[in-house]
Amino acid sequence: MIDFEPTEEQALIIETVHQFAENEIRPVCREADESGVPPSSVLEAAHELGLVANAFPEAQGGGGERSAVTGVLIAEELAWGDMAIALAILSPGLLGFPLIDFGSEAQRDEVLPALMEGGFVPGSLAIVEPRFDFDVYHPQTIAKADGDKILLDGVKCQVPWLEGGHHVIVIAATTETRNREESAGMAAFLVPREIEGLTVAPESMMGLGGLPTVELTLSGVAIPKSARLDAQDADIRRMIDRGRVALAATGLGTARASFEVALDYAKQRETFGQPIATRQAIAFMLADMAIEIDGARLLIWEAAAALDRGEDATRLARLASSQTARIALQVTDGAVQVFGGHGYIRDYLPELHLRNVAGLTSFEALTLI
Amino acid sequence: MAIDFSLTEGSKIAQEHYHNVAVEEMRPISQKYDVGEHQLPVEWVDYWWNEGRKGPKEKSGEPNDGFITICLQAEELCWGDAGLYLRMPTPALGGSAVTATGTKEQKKRFMSAFREEGGHPIWGAMAITEPQAGSDAAAIETTADFDPETEEWILNGTKIFCTAGEGASQVDGGFIVVWATIDKSAGRGGIKSFVVMANTPGMELIGCEKKLGIRASDTATLRFDNCRVPKENLLGSAEVRKKGPTQSGDKGFKGAMATFDASRPIVAAMATGVGRAALDFLIEELARQGIEIRYDTPPRELTAIERDVIEMEADLQAARLLTWRAAWMMNKGRRNNLEASMAKAKAGLAVTKITQKTLQILGPVGYSKKLLVEKWMRDAKINDIFEGTQQINQLIVARRILDYPSAMLR
Repeated sequence: MIDFEPTEEQALIIETVHQFAENEIRPVCREADESGVPPSSVLEAAHELGLVANAFPEAQGGGGERSAVTGVLIAEELAWGDMAIALAILSPGLLGFPLIDFGSEAQRDEVLPALMEGGFVPGSLAIVEPRFDFDVYHPQTIAKADGDKILLDGVKCQVPWLEGGHHVIVIAATTETRNREESAGMAAFLVPREIEGLTVAPESMMGLGGLPTVELTLSGVAIPKSARLDAQDADIRRMIDRGRVALAATGLGTARASFEVALDYAKQRETFGQPIATRQAIAFMLADMAIEIDGARLLIWEAAAALDRGEDATRLARLASSQTARIALQVTDGAVQVFGGHGYIRDYLPELHLRNVAGLTSFEALTLI
Repeated sequence: MAIDFSLTEGSKIAQEHYHNVAVEEMRPISQKYDVGEHQLPVEWVDYWWNEGRKGPKEKSGEPNDGFITICLQAEELCWGDAGLYLRMPTPALGGSAVTATGTKEQKKRFMSAFREEGGHPIWGAMAITEPQAGSDAAAIETTADFDPETEEWILNGTKIFCTAGEGASQVDGGFIVVWATIDKSAGRGGIKSFVVMANTPGMELIGCEKKLGIRASDTATLRFDNCRVPKENLLGSAEVRKKGPTQSGDKGFKGAMATFDASRPIVAAMATGVGRAALDFLIEELARQGIEIRYDTPPRELTAIERDVIEMEADLQAARLLTWRAAWMMNKGRRNNLEASMAKAKAGLAVTKITQKTLQILGPVGYSKKLLVEKWMRDAKINDIFEGTQQINQLIVARRILDYPSAMLR
């Protein structure tokens, strides 16, 4: 039966995460963006909430309650606080979820408990490559068998790289093909951060300042065959769908935050003796933002529900992610406009929101559910 | 409960049933009654009266999604033909008004004829708009004066843009809900609605509009010249509550406006149906040309047409889900004024753009009357206008999100 009501448990999670976002994330978002690192106290506090661990299997010490729908609800609220810090908080999932789905028992036992015990441990997933003609389904990072080893060669970018991580999952092609019709035979590999042939260069992007990322160069990185996850091309495509839906939820949370600050500002700022919100030019812009935000949210929920039912969600994930990328830009740009000159100043949030969502069309699997 | 996007069995049955009705009964005569504007679509009217209104035979108690199922019916039938949908012999908006604000006795008196077997097809309608008052419904000038001697209300004025107004005014058994003021000095507080039975003396059909689209629908102009209706035909109370200029009126007007909370999701669903008709056709035509939409390809690799189609699909689906949410709130008995306007605003604009883009992509063939594409573009536009224009719905959404009374934002 069609229903738009989160469960009682989900409603409680939304409330908890929203309070966390309001009290812990929002106050430090500007500082994180300017300094390039999220405060470790926020990451530790979020870790205590167990937002990611709750979705991990009980066998490895998690809560065993994985749900894409719950995942997007959490992602939206966290990103309402700040998109970069939200992605940092959720980063253990970049390592955890692929291992849960496709890792060997040995890999899970080696990596997962550390993500849940003790303090916050970040995860990394290397998928995007720094090229104009990047195609997520046809990576130019190549994995070649070499005796009992696998050699990885290529360059990745937009790889979250927070302090304290030990592993990165690298997506590479097993066949060298540039023909879009053919499968690249995508595969996933668990690679230690400290390994010969792997070098990192810190990145600097337009937005997401609070999320440290790197460009990752792999030159003949030799890993054992057992490092390969049991994921076929189709499995990784599904993982990409999951990433798109999760990422869309963070874009949505950012758009909502921008809309809300613009709404408040429009009710306070006066022109010609009246709040600018009483002018249709502003009020209608705000109304359109509200409508598009709600529409995109329902597309995201529908795609997440399809993932939870185990259905092919490629189309729905695409609709949700492309729509969110489009409307998030419309909303945050609109918020800058509502703020006028102040919107262009880094004392106010809309310019930060605009910079953060501008990358939604180039990001892939920057977070997972 | 939990977030869920799967339709119940009852809804799926209804969806499939009405889709078949659209394919078999509506599409074959779609062009005929677009060209033959103002002709009664006899085959369709008779079909609906004798068969259609019974609904799917196999429904037999399967649970459905309540008001969402009604939206599904509107979407499927308007996928068939929006003009014919509006010409169905049903109580339509007149029925919504009676249901929303009438007493039990009134509901029985006015609505039961629509449920009786046999007889002849009848229509219901609602008349609000006047030559000088459309979106600003509080500015209507049609008057209703009480005659204590006969205990009748006397209506005087002119109504335009009355959908199904020909059928509802001319065929015995039907009725029109007419908005009129009983006290002009009270502003919207003086506005009441009256049920005028078909062929009541003093009500005259002036004619039907020639329109851009939905040409099968009889959009009537009606004149009321000392048209007398019994006092039992007033919906709601005759009490006039006067309030200050910033207050938002009394229950009568609000009750009448509440009709829109129910009708706007249906209009949004109708819009979605027309938009989907165009988009389905476009995707099928592209497939015939060997073009499949690639949802898993980087945007840079996609053709402009694929990018357009993906955007159109996302907009259409967002409109549909917003509609379902507004309908779902009605099922829950929650106030859905904001959500109904959101759905209506999104759907009206989305399908206006979708049908225009479809026509453009299909080039000279899309523009030709050999196909229905150009008709769908003409039909779609009405959804961005009637039951509150795009701008009126933006205004309602803006007031609600800003928490502003109407006096603060006009």
